[in-house]
Amino acid sequence: MDISPLVYYGSIFVLAIFVGYYVVWSVTPALHTPLMSVTNAISAVIIVGAIIAMGTESSGTAGTISKVVSFFALIFASINIFGGFLVTQRMLEMYKKKVKKDV
Amino acid sequence: MFSDFMSVDLTASLYLLSGVFFILAIRGLSSPETARIGNYLGMSGMLIAFTVTILNLEDNSLSNLILIVAGISIGGLIGTFLSKKVAMTDMPQMVAALNSMGGMSAVLVAWAAFLSPAAFGLEINGYIATASMVEMLLGIFVGAITFSGSVIAFLKLQGLMKSAPVILPLRHVISIGIFSIILVCSYLILIGSQYDQVLFLVISILSLALGLLLIIPIGGADMPVVIAVLNSYSGFAAAIIGFTLNNLALVITGALVGSSGAILSYIMCVAMNRSFFSVIMGGFGDEGAGGEQVKETRPVKIGSADDAAFILKNASSVIIVPGYGMAVARAQNSLKEMVDKLKEMGIKVTYAIHPVAGRMPGHMNVLLAEADVPYDDIYELTEINSDFAQADVAFVIGANDVTNPAAKSDPNSPIFGMPILEVENAKTVLFVKRSLGIGYAGIDNDLFYQENTMMLLDDAKKMSEDISASI
Repeated sequence: MDISPLVYYGSIFVLAIFVGYYVVWSVTPALHTPLMSVTNAISAVIIVGAIIAMGTESSGTAGTISKVVSFFALIFASINIFGGFLVTQRMLEMYKKKVKKDV
Repeated sequence: MFSDFMSVDLTASLYLLSGVFFILAIRGLSSPETARIGNYLGMSGMLIAFTVTILNLEDNSLSNLILIVAGISIGGLIGTFLSKKVAMTDMPQMVAALNSMGGMSAVLVAWAAFLSPAAFGLEINGYIATASMVEMLLGIFVGAITFSGSVIAFLKLQGLMKSAPVILPLRHVISIGIFSIILVCSYLILIGSQYDQVLFLVISILSLALGLLLIIPIGGADMPVVIAVLNSYSGFAAAIIGFTLNNLALVITGALVGSSGAILSYIMCVAMNRSFFSVIMGGFGDEGAGGEQVKETRPVKIGSADDAAFILKNASSVIIVPGYGMAVARAQNSLKEMVDKLKEMGIKVTYAIHPVAGRMPGHMNVLLAEADVPYDDIYELTEINSDFAQADVAFVIGANDVTNPAAKSDPNSPIFGMPILEVENAKTVLFVKRSLGIGYAGIDNDLFYQENTMMLLDDAKKMSEDISASI
């Protein structure tokens, strides 16, 4: 009947590994440092997990602790998102072709 | 549990879209021209994932939304501050710090899911499904190792901890012991122990300890590999959590980041001729440094800035070989000025970069880009190595081990087999170095004693300024 979620997401995971393999080999070695910082930023999409946990109507001690824990996860993931994307942008700005030389 | 705005299918499709945007973000890095657009696509992907999640919130009361915005603002401010503040020489530390955040987020989200499984739809008849439980345990394990490992890497890179390997007696036995306890605890949780919150905590703490034990025996020279490996782990931790949350964006992104880190580790290992396994086992970086110091008696030719300027002026092609020492001395800009002067005289000047010239993959490229060196002038090892034979001058500044001919000729050298920049083939080698000491890996360099080598013993910045002045 229906395939299990594990197999479904497992298939996507395996295919994404292959996509990653080919896409990452196409990255020029000169940009390997920005590659690392941008992958830091995008892996922080784990923030969705923190938001889901924050946004549930929970009760009891476990529920409260769960909210506190996810609040911290939210902070850490946000540091990664903002820090990662912005530092990548800062580096990439340096790679701009210097056209203003004649001015 | 989904709000009226969006169907399950629409939600999943939008998460897929954000995954696609992340793929394009990495794809953009194939050239500097497309890289900035790629970065914006990455940001858009994140915005999509965030918006979809918010629209699907079960409890979208104002107080809750304010709490979420508050968390993001705190993290956002810290992240923005760090990104503006960090010096380019400190990028390895920055990435290590970000890796640790990623690992910690995975641990915390796994905990949140464990404590309120209903919120994540993980409960079947009041119990957490076995598959979800395994995923959470794996997420905690990989995430915690990433976190504590990255913290150690950060401390070593920042110089807050000695970068030399710390070898504990019986460390392999201890690690295996800890791993066995983790396995036993996981088994107890899976067969349904009633103390499982305590066991969960024990597993978290032991995994943190394991990360610590794995990284402290690894020496400073291997840090480029370590950062890449931890980068890879942080991706896999995210992917595992993606399985728990049944979230497409997380699974895709985790796979991308995981393979990216793995490929970078591979590239770094090849560049140092080190097997992945031997890096992980640690202990490199102390060989030779503590051993018998044979007093070197071979003659060395030492030159002045004026001599160097004279040689450079009369050359028709010059290859610059920069290393991390140049960045430490903050000599990029003075070097660039010197190169500009030579170029004005019609001399062909290019830069040759070894993959491990900096402290992380691609680090030297960023440092040169910061000094406004056009990226068209910069060549990778394989592109430029055959050009040294035709070059009049190889100008080595702040690099050492990556030019050491012993890597090709001396099977007893610790760096034997490592691909090097073959500067010894140039007509003249100008070697800027503070003193005739050994390099980062603690190995003497035969290049100093060659007939066509002239040593320029001074600080990298001062030497390039002096050469500029006398050109």
